[in-house]
Amino acid sequence: MVTLKLNEQTLVACLSGDIDHHTASSMRTEIDRAVRSSPINRLVLDFSQVSFMDSSGIGLVMGRYKLISELGGVCEVADPPPYIAKVMKLSGIERLCEITFHNSRSCHTDGEMKV
Amino acid sequence: MKKCINRMSLAFPAASENEAFARAAASSFITLADPYINELAELKTAVSEAVTNCVVHAYRGMSTGMIYMDIKLFSDRTVYIKIRDKGCGIADIGQAMQPLFTTAPEEERAGLGFAVMESFTDRLRVRSSCGSGTVLVMEKALQEKMLDDDQRDISDKSGRKLGACSPVR
Repeated sequence: MVTLKLNEQTLVACLSGDIDHHTASSMRTEIDRAVRSSPINRLVLDFSQVSFMDSSGIGLVMGRYKLISELGGVCEVADPPPYIAKVMKLSGIERLCEITFHNSRSCHTDGEMKV
Repeated sequence: MKKCINRMSLAFPAASENEAFARAAASSFITLADPYINELAELKTAVSEAVTNCVVHAYRGMSTGMIYMDIKLFSDRTVYIKIRDKGCGIADIGQAMQPLFTTAPEEERAGLGFAVMESFTDRLRVRSSCGSGTVLVMEKALQEKMLDDDQRDISDKSGRKLGACSPVR
């Protein structure tokens, strides 16, 4: 599932549940629709609520990085759980997207964006 | 001499919704061997990669096909996982196992499936023949559990305070 929040020029996509080949494509569609329809220069993919991820999640991050780069913005991965951070490290994705740990970002605050 | 102490076999269609089923079934069975939570998460991920490969590649252009999963638990705490399909096979296994190599970039496949399987297991073997399918075998030796580790596992499940063992939610 994806919950989207727009805050000035930053779009935060809070991902939750399992990310695999089956679930990644609908997440991709939802995020891309929001990215294309908002004047943003920063996309934050919040992984704090993700329960499982395989390399499909890496494909998801790489694809969103590509899209936001084409639009002149930057991509950031926030708060992956330790085991997911391990999969990310293995892929070298941090060379494309900064991985940040805030531990305070909430996926449930106001400002939810309906798409 | 290591002995097989438990085993299971499953067959299911190569449909993407079965990726979650396959890793849940594998995880449930391997739990019987009392693994650490991070070991279980790694094996779950490796199974997910292997099954996704079958779903995405094995039966491409065919109407449907089956995936066969066998798991054995051995007395020396080795977990043996065999995932097999009767699909198109892999023409060049060496190339397929190269990190970032993919034949499905339009589906945003990262080409990291084999790299993840290799890194999360102790041994990965792939045998394939064009037109008749692929057999993939992964083995991982689970760590011996220490007495005081029971305590760690409990706090892991309830509080998720340990950095070393990531929780399965």
